Amino acid sequence: MWDYTDKVMELYRNPKNVGSIEDADAIGEAGSLSCGDMLKIYLKLDEKGIITDAKFQTFGCGSAVASSSILTEMVIGKHIDDARKITNQEIAEALGGLPPEKMHCSVMGHEALEAAIANFYHEDVKCPEKGKVICKCFNVTQETIESEIKANNLKTLEDIMNYTKAGGACGKCQNEIKRILDETIQSEKPLTKTQMILKINNVIDKYISSELRKDGGDIELIDVEENKVFVKLSGKCQSCNRSQLTLTHFVEATLREHISPNIEIIQV
Amino acid sequence: MSDEKKLIYLDNNATTKVDEIVLEKMIPYFSKLYGNASSMYDLGAKSAQAIKAAREQMMGLFNANDPKEVFFTASGSESANMGIRGILAADTTKKHIITTKVEHPCVLNLYKKLEKQGYNVTYLNVNSEGALDLNELEEAVNEDTALVAVMAANNETGIIFPIEKISQIVKSKNPKTKIYVDAVQAAGKISIDAQKWNVDMIGVSGHKFHAPKGIGALYVKTGTLFVPLIEGGHQERGKRAGTENVPSIVGIGQAAEYALAGLADESTRVKDLRNKLETSILKTVFNARLNSSLVNRVPNTTNIGFEYVEGELILLHLGDKGICASSGSACTSGSLDPSHVLKAMGVPFTALHGSIRFSLSRFTTEAEIDYTIKVLPEIIEKLTKISPFQRELKELKDVKSGND
Repeated sequence: MWDYTDKVMELYRNPKNVGSIEDADAIGEAGSLSCGDMLKIYLKLDEKGIITDAKFQTFGCGSAVASSSILTEMVIGKHIDDARKITNQEIAEALGGLPPEKMHCSVMGHEALEAAIANFYHEDVKCPEKGKVICKCFNVTQETIESEIKANNLKTLEDIMNYTKAGGACGKCQNEIKRILDETIQSEKPLTKTQMILKINNVIDKYISSELRKDGGDIELIDVEENKVFVKLSGKCQSCNRSQLTLTHFVEATLREHISPNIEIIQV
Repeated sequence: MSDEKKLIYLDNNATTKVDEIVLEKMIPYFSKLYGNASSMYDLGAKSAQAIKAAREQMMGLFNANDPKEVFFTASGSESANMGIRGILAADTTKKHIITTKVEHPCVLNLYKKLEKQGYNVTYLNVNSEGALDLNELEEAVNEDTALVAVMAANNETGIIFPIEKISQIVKSKNPKTKIYVDAVQAAGKISIDAQKWNVDMIGVSGHKFHAPKGIGALYVKTGTLFVPLIEGGHQERGKRAGTENVPSIVGIGQAAEYALAGLADESTRVKDLRNKLETSILKTVFNARLNSSLVNRVPNTTNIGFEYVEGELILLHLGDKGICASSGSACTSGSLDPSHVLKAMGVPFTALHGSIRFSLSRFTTEAEIDYTIKVLPEIIEKLTKISPFQRELKELKDVKSGND
């Protein structure tokens, strides 16, 4: 027997907002029958973008019903852009917590809400088929695994199974999941100064120098202090009156894309 | 009786209530008769005598030739591990072993481990009714086959495997191949017959037939070589060390005697109640389907899939009404994978996650079955309204009502 909170028990017994909205302004789905849980959420909005009604239909366990029910209550009265900020952790917290093995129910709620909002804005819905599927049993992509690791600060394979179900059936993809976990955690860690210098030099060699050389110039890395990158332009770039634009629009942008969005270029 | 106080226990394949008469027989061995069976004084001798009597009772349950063929263990899982590992350790020259895809984890997980240790494993398939293809078994047995482990009755569906036929096939292809039978779900429900079955080992667990938890037994045919799993003292003729759990041994012995005596009740009264429950659900609940064969089942078990609703949710609502059952849904367990047994049978996804096992016992009453028949359709009706598969459910309902 799961250690469900009173709130979960109350809501699986008497869920609120069950059903569909005939003329819904937004509909979102997450999960599937084959995976063992699925949620469909319907939203009705007024002309100001406030969610005036929300309903759900769930194929899932007690915590899936409770998560879906509480989510509909959380979004009613909110502007759609504020609803978008609701996290799966907030869904779980509103229930007084979920057993770790059931956190994927809150993730499913968050995914269905995201899908509904994307549907409202006619955005592309994140489609599992578009990413590399890591867990074939539950059709979980690398992108989903990475985003849940970051969003929920997941640390172990077990955490990933609890939040995404990936790796929880045949288990054949568990080594691949561990690799993604290690790489994602590693990418989240701040780089040491030596790592930063090596990485910046790699990006300069691969993407930047060759372009500057075409114009008779070049660039040299002088020093790094946290996110501040000190560089020196050489050749024609040094005397070019558009050198500052080159530094910000090309050099800084390239380093930000490949290393960190916080990088700041300083010319010495 | 109010709903709060009602307890209708229909999960007897998970565990059973200890029979009060069994409990009474056990109690003196906790207090007054607490001697160590190995001790050389009267208090110890009384324990030794109680174990001897229980061994003879177990001999009756197994239809063994000799009480020396009975060993006491702590569980069905220990019986399986002791038997399978013991046989393989006694002859390490052969590296092929066979089992089925629908075994209990105590066999399947052990086989997976053996596979990693270099054994070549054949996992036999079952058909949609849970039956084994005996031709596949015949083709699988070869000169290198050390062991076939097969269950007598499946814990989830109640399907009975034809052990006598299996044994004939295996022994005719390779007389040296040993056979381990997991009879945990057969004990107390159908006859276990070591003579007729002609197998080498049979494992049972006490708490599945009204003995306490923590006691099991293993039948080992005379002359079968096996290496002990637990080394230590001379208990169980040196094959299973550890001071004997005398009260529980007394309990399993007594429960075995009652189980044998109750087989007629199981095959008539319990079977009638199971059939009443099953027939009523299949008739009144439009999205219900039977997950097994109508024939060749133990008398107490039925497994029903409710399409487009989820098993844990059904169990929670049944629990609110005081009804205890079990589900093949992944959500009821630590695992995220639904029942391997139902998957092996090819139960469709529409019903796989919403499958419920009801298992009765000699203590199940008709009033309890009537109450379950009354409340279950209301619960399923309520849950189908929450399901996102409204169109599919309507189509299913139309098809079913059209057939009527």
